[in-house]
Order: sequence, then C-alpha cells, then structure tokens
Amino acid sequence: MDLFIKFLVAAVLAGTPLLFGTAGEIVSEKVGHLNLGVEGMMSIGACAGFMAGYYSDSFLIALIAAALGGALGALVYGVLTVTFMANQNVTGLTLTIFGIGLSNFIGVYALSFSPNGTLKLPEGITAHMRSIHIPGLSDLPIVGELLFSYNPFVYLGVVLAIALSFYLSRTKTGLNVQAIGENPAAADAAGIRVIRWKYINILLGGAICGIGGAYCSMIINSGVWISNCVGGLGWISVALVIFAGWKPANAIYGSLIFGALRVLKYYVPKSYVNVPVAVYDMLPFLITALVLVVSSMHKSKGVNIPASLGLNYYREER
Amino acid sequence: MSAQISKEPLIRVIKRAERPPRQVTMLRALALVLAIVAGGVFILCLGYNPISIYGTILSGAFRSTMAVQATVKIMIPLLISSLGVTLAFKMKFWNIGAEGQIIAGAILASYFALYHDTWNHWVLVGVMFLAGAIGGGLWGLIPALCKVKWNTNETLFTLMLNYIALYVVDYLRDGPWKDPGSQGFPKIARFSKNAMLDKVLGIQMGWIIALILVVVLYIYLRYTKQGYEISVVGESSPTAKYAVMNVRKIILRTMFLSGAVCGIAGMVQATGSDITLTENVAGGVGFTAIIVAWLAQLNPITIAIVSFLFSVLEKGSSVVQSSFGLSTDCADVLQAIILFFVLGCEFFIRYGFVVRKKGGAS
Repeated sequence: MDLFIKFLVAAVLAGTPLLFGTAGEIVSEKVGHLNLGVEGMMSIGACAGFMAGYYSDSFLIALIAAALGGALGALVYGVLTVTFMANQNVTGLTLTIFGIGLSNFIGVYALSFSPNGTLKLPEGITAHMRSIHIPGLSDLPIVGELLFSYNPFVYLGVVLAIALSFYLSRTKTGLNVQAIGENPAAADAAGIRVIRWKYINILLGGAICGIGGAYCSMIINSGVWISNCVGGLGWISVALVIFAGWKPANAIYGSLIFGALRVLKYYVPKSYVNVPVAVYDMLPFLITALVLVVSSMHKSKGVNIPASLGLNYYREER
Repeated sequence: MSAQISKEPLIRVIKRAERPPRQVTMLRALALVLAIVAGGVFILCLGYNPISIYGTILSGAFRSTMAVQATVKIMIPLLISSLGVTLAFKMKFWNIGAEGQIIAGAILASYFALYHDTWNHWVLVGVMFLAGAIGGGLWGLIPALCKVKWNTNETLFTLMLNYIALYVVDYLRDGPWKDPGSQGFPKIARFSKNAMLDKVLGIQMGWIIALILVVVLYIYLRYTKQGYEISVVGESSPTAKYAVMNVRKIILRTMFLSGAVCGIAGMVQATGSDITLTENVAGGVGFTAIIVAWLAQLNPITIAIVSFLFSVLEKGSSVVQSSFGLSTDCADVLQAIILFFVLGCEFFIRYGFVVRKKGGAS
C-alpha cells in the first residue's frame, strides 16, 4: 500500500510537464494550428526559466521568463503559419529542432562561465520549488500525501487546465475560438477576429508549454542544468492531445496515466514481473500509438478534432 | 461596428502571378543571406566575432583531407534519408518517422552483421543492404497501412514509431544482443571486419550508394509512371481517384520505398561508420533530413547540394566547439534559422501586398 501511494505521487510528478504541454497544444489546435514545436517551445521555456531563475533567484521571474520564452517560440511559428501561411508540419518541426538546439547551446554557453562546471539553481529559488506543506492537511494520512504534498507547478497545472476548460467551453470568447478551429471562413463572416485570436491562442499555448519546460529543467533534475532536459516529453504531449480528445480537463487524467507509465519501472517488483527496462520505457509511446490507431478506427463516434486543423486560412479565398 | 467591417483593410494580401524563376532564385538567396545575418547577430550577442566563427566553420570542414572525409561521412546518412522522406513528402504524406525507419533498417542489417559474418563478404553486404531496405520499408509500411485503412494521423504515428524503434535497440543491447565480451557493460559487439562496408577513396562506400540513389530517385520521380502518380496523389487525392489511380496502393508502395531508403541510410551508418549498432545510429538525422528535403524543394539534385552544405555546417561547428568552446548545437540552430527564413520567403514568392488607395476603395 505504501509503495502504491509512492507510485501515485511519482506518477503525478512525472505527469505534470505532460499536462502543461498537452494543455498548451490544445489551446493552439483549437484555432486550427497543429504546432509540432511543443518539444521546442518546452526546451526554450526550460532554458529561459532556468537561466532567469539562476541569475535572479526568483521563482516568479523564472516562471515569467519560461512563459515568455515559450511564447516567443510560438510567435515564430505564428508569424510563419498564420501570416505567411507556411506549412504547419514543417514549421513546427523546425521550431522543435531550433528550440532544442538553442537551449542546449545556451546551456553549454552558460556552463562555460560557471566556476565549478555545473549549473545549480540557488537556494532561495529551490525553497519555493519544494513541496508545499499546509499544516493539518498535508499531515493527513494518505490524503495528505496524495493531494497536499506537491511542488507549486502541480497545482498550477491543474488549475490552468480547469481554467482553460472553462475558457474554451463556457465563455463566449472560447466558443468563438472553437468556431475558428472548425471553420475560419464562417467565423470570419460572423465578425470574429480570426487572425487576432489565432495569434492569441498560439502565443498562449506557447507560454503554457514554456512553463512545462521550466518544470523539466527546474524540478525533474532537482535544479541542476542538463542538456536535452525535455527529452521527448513534448512529443508525448502532442500525442496526449488526441488521447484527451482536445479537452484540457481530460488532459489532467491523461497526463496522470502517462506519468504513471513513465515511472512504472521503478515500482513494479522484479519478483512479480520481470520485464526488460526497455519495454517500460517503450510503453508510453506504444500505448499512444495504439490509442491513435484505435481512435482512428472509431472516427464516427463523436471526435472533437477541430475541422480545420492543419489548414492555413487565406482570407481572400473564402 | 458596421463601418469598421465595410472599410477595406490598409494592407491586403493577394495571390500573385508566378514570378519569373530568376526572381524566385533571388528571393531564396536573399532569405539565405538574411538567415546567415540573423545567425551572425546571435553570435555577436554572445560576444564572439561572427566572421571568425563562420570562417572557422568553413575552414574546419575543408582544412585537411581527413576533415573533408569526415564531412562526407556526416553527409552520407543525411543525404540518403533526405531522399527517403522526399518520396513521402511528394505525396503529402507527413512521414516524420525517418528516425525510426533508419533504426529499423540498421537493426535488421545488424542481425546479419552479427550472426552471419562468416558468409562471403559481397553476399553479406548485399544481404545487409536488402535487410536494411526491408527493415526500414516495413517500419514505414505500418503507418501507411493504418492511414489507408482508418485514416490514422501519420504525423503522430510515425513519430511514436521512432521511439518504439529506439527502445527496441535498447532492448537488444541489454538482452539478446549484449556483447558477452564487454564485462557486463551493456553494448552490442563490434562487427567483424567481414561485415564492414569497404572504403572507397578513404571513405566508406556509403557515399557511392548515396549518389546512385540521388540519380535513381531523380529519374524515378521525374520520368516514371509511379513517380508521376506520387505527385498526383500529393496534389489532390480526388484527382488521382478520378484518373482511376489506385490511391491506396500508391500510398502503400511509396511509404514502403520511403522507409526502405531511410533503412538503407541506417544500414550504411551502422555497417560503414559505427561498425556496431547503437541507439545513436539515427541520432536526429531523420529530423534534419526533413529540413534538408524541404529546403531543397523535394528535388533530389538540390537535396545532394543542401545536405552537403549542412554537413559542412555540422563538421565545421565541431571545430568551432574545440576552438571556441561553443556547443555543436549551433549547427542545429543555424539550420533551423535558415529554414525559418526560407519558409517565410515562400510567402513573398506566392503572394503580394496591395495597399489601400487613399480614402478607401468602394
């Protein structure tokens, strides 16, 4: 039982960066823009957040820098695909290569100024990143550990996902945004500012991905800079969007399941199941692939994929 | 509100007549120059002299025979896999699984290199070549089958297959193919000399395979019926159906070939350069290949040129690393910046701007 609780806690921690990545990508896909640059935007956010935290020793500044970094990456994507109508697949992929390269490059560059050959976040900021402790609540048996023992990112992620869910399906703006993703020409005719909202959503999505990246660089490796710290989580997030059915609230449990898959190998006793480590590492990707195939088999049954996803909108061609 | 809508916007985007080829080339060259300038500004911000960095990249790639050989060695898998993804991209099938197809080809070829290395050398090389092609081809066929059957999103599926292939290598390395002579360290044994690709002019013969493939694919895409079918399906699937083409068959065949070419890249890298199978056999080449193919407008001849230039950038940046302490990742950054600018410049080739006349029309 104790082991199981530990496993769930680890799953939540491993799933959090996926939650940010997935939520960010949903916001972008809702306006019809499939941004394959999630991995890149997360990498930029990881680097911007870490470096800002390293030099300012402020958790808030690190968060803002990460969000701005991710949004900046998204801006490049937005300019190219919304205004210049470039191919979304290629642009997103290039953004990924750019983001990973840039953040590794800056990491190595910053390392060359470090006196001891490593980059470690200062004490002041790591204090903010520790697990919260609410007297009373956090001390409860089981519940305390399961619900009130995480770092601030986890709660931020859940609140964000719920807020986005509300934004997209309960506000007028959100419904307008969804209309853009379904049929931009009709939305335009109805007086919705298509270009403006495309930019806003793409940038917002990038900012959220950037915060997810900061989680990778600041929490996962306990505050020590490591190259390639995002390591494929962005790509899993892109796939998780499908798993979550384009609903931010569903992304919460989706990322929890995938987080669980990622940490499973540490918690399954070898005496029961003796499977090679590589199989565990493969599981999240294998299951994502299966989900993709199975969900495409049942295309007719209520899928929420935005109808104009991947297609650029050229106003003069309505 | 209504007044706002009826007003014509200040600047409008219009589709323009095709520009003459010379103008198009000029625009692309301008984009390239701008990209290099943008990269230079970035280098300047870091406190280095861009001219000396760019100079080091160029001289680093050509400073000696060995450097040139190393540059070509980098080019081999990049060129071959760029040709591979081109086949799929021509058909607008978003195969971003070159990475996985390279690995799958390398795995199958490595099986023969490890367990049948007593065969006659040329028979073995031939079998490994076929194994590479078949391994990559089958790996590419999986998403194509799902695409034609259930319209499964190929972009994400091919991507997942990359990781699955990667962990298959890990599995083989830790278990069945673990080198017994490595004292417990998980790695796959070095291939015997008999299973190594021969060298031509001091470089593994993969470069000859790559150049042959350039010619073959150029002819295939441009002058054969199958090549024509690929472009028709890429332009418009309904048109292809109307012309009584078997779209399913074309998609399956082309994706098998696309994966097969990438698989050859994996075989060549494993048996010619690495002389063993590691999880780095693809090492991001499959992604760079997409940039190369797109920059080269999916033209095999141009792909050969672009992949050579990219290899110069890769090799040169490793020299920059040793002499300036800057990471080799700057090659990736520069490559991406170049593609960003070229993607942006495509807009100016296809579209133009119209500024509103004074007082507003209509």
